[in-house]
Amino acid sequence: MAQVTLVEAINLALKREMENDTAVVVLGQDVGVDGGVFRATLGLSGRFGPERVIDTPLAEALITGMSIGMAVEGLKPVAEIQFAGFAYTTIDQLLNHAGRMRHRTQGRLSCPMVLRTPCGAGIHAPEHHSESPEAMFSHIPGIRVVYPSSPRRAYGLLLAAIRDPDPVVFLEPTRLYRLIKEEVADDGQAAPLDACFTAREGSDITLVAWGAMVHEALAAAEDLAEQGIAAEVLDVATLKPLDMDTILASVARTGRCVIATEAPRTCSYAAEVAANLAEDGLLTLLAPVQRVTAYDVVVPLPRMERQYMPDKGRIVAAARKALDFA
Amino acid sequence: MTVVAKFEIRYSQFLDPGGKVVQPLPRFASDPQFLVKLYRWMVLMRIYDAKAIALQRTGQLGTFASLVGNEAVETGIGTAMAQDDVFLMTYRENGVQLIRGVTMKELFIYWGGDERGSAFAGPRKDFAVCITIAAQVLHTVGVAYAMKLRRERRVAVCTLGDGGTSKGDFYEGINAAGAWRLPAVFVVTNNQWAISVPRRAQSAAQTLAQKAIAGGFEGVQVDGNDVIAVRHAMDEALSKARAGGGPTLIEALTYRLSDHTTADDATRYRSPDELAEAWKAEPLSRLRAYLTSCGAWDKAREDALLKECNEQVQAAAQAYLDTPAVGPECMFDHLYARLPAALEKQRAAALGDK
Repeated sequence: MAQVTLVEAINLALKREMENDTAVVVLGQDVGVDGGVFRATLGLSGRFGPERVIDTPLAEALITGMSIGMAVEGLKPVAEIQFAGFAYTTIDQLLNHAGRMRHRTQGRLSCPMVLRTPCGAGIHAPEHHSESPEAMFSHIPGIRVVYPSSPRRAYGLLLAAIRDPDPVVFLEPTRLYRLIKEEVADDGQAAPLDACFTAREGSDITLVAWGAMVHEALAAAEDLAEQGIAAEVLDVATLKPLDMDTILASVARTGRCVIATEAPRTCSYAAEVAANLAEDGLLTLLAPVQRVTAYDVVVPLPRMERQYMPDKGRIVAAARKALDFA
Repeated sequence: MTVVAKFEIRYSQFLDPGGKVVQPLPRFASDPQFLVKLYRWMVLMRIYDAKAIALQRTGQLGTFASLVGNEAVETGIGTAMAQDDVFLMTYRENGVQLIRGVTMKELFIYWGGDERGSAFAGPRKDFAVCITIAAQVLHTVGVAYAMKLRRERRVAVCTLGDGGTSKGDFYEGINAAGAWRLPAVFVVTNNQWAISVPRRAQSAAQTLAQKAIAGGFEGVQVDGNDVIAVRHAMDEALSKARAGGGPTLIEALTYRLSDHTTADDATRYRSPDELAEAWKAEPLSRLRAYLTSCGAWDKAREDALLKECNEQVQAAAQAYLDTPAVGPECMFDHLYARLPAALEKQRAAALGDK
């Protein structure tokens, strides 16, 4: 089995599914000969030709809107938006059309498309290249939102996303693209699109995270272990629909919960998880739920990035607060 | 200085507002019986439209976007398209839908506020009404790309309004359609008004057809009140697209003889004189005049047609009014191919379960 990075796992999944299904096409800016700005589509153009690996004009609304047209007409488009900061113009098409196509026509038309975009901060990039808009996408009815945190999950979840009959926004943690390697069997096995993964088992506190924050949570769990505390880490790889059952079951065992996200605090996805815990898990809680989030500020330019981003230190501090509560 | 690019926009009209032939008719129009068929569609659309407005005014239909004035554009588009082409519309092209096999009952169901009206059994691949302006231009690019990729001889036909050509989606779409030489036809119904904003305020461009030039393909202008001109331009654009010649933009000059929708009052922003003037050029009377002059039409035939169309519209309206309502499960049952477990509780709540 090959050791691959997360971005290589994406590439493997794309290759695998383009091979499996001639309806799959890849489109976006620079996804052809260049292989994408992060090389996620490297080698696809040579293998499958420029008609199926489509360099589009530089227009994000076009990429999204034409994906909808392709999907309705029977193709399975996998679109790439270069950075999540450029994906805000896709929301019009996703919200007003992709997510509504099936319902609007009572099942007559459907929209099996995937919109991939690198997401999150931590790579010292220019303005607009460090956004975390997962909550905005998760607010859209009729679509799925997926946010893997490891090469293996990225591979399985991307296959599942492409095979899913409904539109999927697939967020890729830019910071993890080349940070970790993992053995990935290129076996065409898809991962479930509606399940949290347990990234580490523990009985004292539940740390809930997604994307790059899963790794901060795992590092925090390491630190906590040194203090004799067994933290469970849940990877909410599929934000929408949310597998709340797994989170509730974990919190029922640990009684304490920290939710970590890179996004600004107000209306972040952490708020959704916390609200569900309050509604359905209140009596199992031994301490108030703690949120570790970015501040409600504009993502700063790289010099201030370290101070902006939540890290394992803030997760450990929040965990201590929950553990020390009565 | 060197001129590096030049363009011209052709305008075509066959019948003037009085029904006089102003240039030799295209072959299809040489048969008056064929033109009678086109005329029948236009009459049916107008009677359907009047019924829809009457239903809305009596609280039996939701907000409705009237197509009065647009009958020639819609008849030209609808009769020119092949059944397996794909139609991507705004909210005003109910006439095209009728021709393509959407039933009038389904149209009433849609405007009555029920998604089942867009689950039509007729043209299965046609898109539903697109309310957000010009978004369908981008869908058209995707549909046409898929057709081209599969080497089909089908065409994606998109309609939009004069206001729609001001949107970014329009420019992004025609740019891509030109770049890929896609089998697409964009029909801009220039009815002079985008709700209250007149055409002159929308753009300084001399014609809207010339916007196609920026996309690298042909734009033509036709008299949108002359069904022969619209049909002819559609025939040419569709043949070109099927033969791999790429997209065409047709700007059809017409006039919105109605309010924007039943929720609008156009007397707030345009003069009765302008409206009266526009009625003199409306599409039905000129074709009727021409057919009469050919001996292919008379009052008896007109009366018979009106009676027949009225009965058809009346029957469809009654069938719509007799359609049983749906339950709240319809909000959930087609949201995803399979309802996620997380939504099952909400569905149950909507159905009244505790």
